Amino acid sequence: MSVLAPENRQARPAPEPGAASMWLSDGWTVTKRNLTKLKRSPDMLVFAVLQPIMFVLLFSQIYGGSIQVQGTDYTQYLMAGIFAQTVIFGSTFSGSAMAQDLKDGIIDRFRTLPMSSSAVLVGRTNSDLVLNGISMLIMMATGFVVGWRVNAPFSSFLAGIGLLLLFSYAFSWVMALLGMSVKSPEVINNASFMILFPLTFISNAFVQSQTLPAPLEAFANWNPVSALVQAARELFGNVGSVPTPDAWPMQNAVPTVLIGAILMLLIFVPLCIRKFASISSR
Amino acid sequence: MIEASGLKKTYRSKSGPVHALAGMDLSVPRGTVKALLGPNGAGKTTVVKVLTTLIRPTEGTALVDGIDVLSNPKAARRIIGVSGQYAAVDENLTGFENLEMVGRLYHLSAREAKRRAQDLIEQFELTEAGNRPVKGFSGGMRRRIDLAGALVINPKVLFLDEPTTGLDPRSRLSLWGIIKNLVSDGTTLLLTTQYLEEADQLSDDIAVIDGGRVIAEGTADELKAQIGGHRVVVTLVNPADAGAAREILGRHGDGEATVGTDGRTVEVGVINGPRALQYVLGDLGQAGVELHDAGMRRPSLDDVFLKLTGRHAENTDENAPAEKENAK
Repeated sequence: MSVLAPENRQARPAPEPGAASMWLSDGWTVTKRNLTKLKRSPDMLVFAVLQPIMFVLLFSQIYGGSIQVQGTDYTQYLMAGIFAQTVIFGSTFSGSAMAQDLKDGIIDRFRTLPMSSSAVLVGRTNSDLVLNGISMLIMMATGFVVGWRVNAPFSSFLAGIGLLLLFSYAFSWVMALLGMSVKSPEVINNASFMILFPLTFISNAFVQSQTLPAPLEAFANWNPVSALVQAARELFGNVGSVPTPDAWPMQNAVPTVLIGAILMLLIFVPLCIRKFASISSR
Repeated sequence: MIEASGLKKTYRSKSGPVHALAGMDLSVPRGTVKALLGPNGAGKTTVVKVLTTLIRPTEGTALVDGIDVLSNPKAARRIIGVSGQYAAVDENLTGFENLEMVGRLYHLSAREAKRRAQDLIEQFELTEAGNRPVKGFSGGMRRRIDLAGALVINPKVLFLDEPTTGLDPRSRLSLWGIIKNLVSDGTTLLLTTQYLEEADQLSDDIAVIDGGRVIAEGTADELKAQIGGHRVVVTLVNPADAGAAREILGRHGDGEATVGTDGRTVEVGVINGPRALQYVLGDLGQAGVELHDAGMRRPSLDDVFLKLTGRHAENTDENAPAEKENAK
């Protein structure tokens, strides 16, 4: 056995591709790897699919009877909240997966290859966007079964989906940075639970913020999760005659979410790329 | 081919700064194999990480094939192959997919990446692992896939960080075979190991490292000449004979004989192992010293260490899976 057979001596890399095509091709290679991984270890996929179904059923069929929302039917009110909560939790996977790859030494392997410096991050956030997209589809289907309806033009419906996914994509980069900064993947799961659980529940996702005690109401009205929920509700035509709180982000939910997502990307994409250039397994 | 000088890497820790590298100089000529031999925490992994662009040193310079790895890491990555201590293969991908992915990331064309992956699968006898996710395979198989990943582009310079640590003896032998084959093709290789025997088997030249710097350098023969070729070791039935045995072993050894902490094991470095053993056994018999066991062994890292530093290497159990080196 000769490992370096003469004909293999020609297996030198082609001349370096241009930066843009390298970025695209490397990003796609890593995305493909992450999606294959998702396909082969379906526990994450099952979680991403089952959890939203359970939440839709839990709130619409069990709590729904007891929660009153003035101005609309609870199922109509609820769905945007569940969409927002699910995609936000879905994005935390970007963090735990980066931490896991770092721990497993896969990041070391990638970092010794002449690949685009952002490809691993692009591949990570891309594949998590796909995962969130799948979750959205499943939730919508479940929503339709329990009576949820979109009361808006199709373009507005698409804009709603786009906005939820844009926000989740931007948030993936925040989580990716966290994932590269912690010592183990478990830290991400615990931390995201501790922070995101209150953030998604002290919001207008499941109840009207007006029903909360005053300090919590103020928190809920300025909570970015509330803005996302409000924006999705507006775009899906699920607001009905529910009064919108006076706080600025609630009155301008769609622009708030757009600005927030763009700011997150502008800040965290460069921070992630910088961080990635110096990380290595411990 | 590899030229590093004055490499320092200092980490802050709660108990003060830690000098993972404390001024390491290293030179590996083209087409040769150098082994970095040292115990855990000596700085082996850290220096490999510096040379493979994974971490930046606090001070010092490093060239690989004339490319400055600190100022031009991207160019360096195009010509190096790296296989680390912990097989960095993706468990959910098949062996083939792992190698194909690495090929694509070295920017081989899709077809070329596939062809190269297939070649390596065959050459490394990985056919079994080719089409199944790596998850279910043994450590030895994973190391082979990882090593194959380092060879996708026929790198000019290859780095292997403890390629056999934690493997069973059979997998270790098989991996040695593969590495020897590579080396015979003239690849420049920097290898780290905790095993003197491994360094001896695979390398032209050995650098013994401790505390983040090189403390001795030379061929395996030169190092062995420094510490004696073999060791003669006897185990006594009666510890009371230790004094007499020590005197007899010292008579035929190259240097003082030592008595182990158990009070019954006496050993000495010798130049000609078999002959010294014959004399030692003859003399011990005449002196009426009863033996539980007697034999020769090859010098270990611990012997090298004891000789060079006057203290024991911490981890000398040849078969113990090594602790992860503390290199952040």
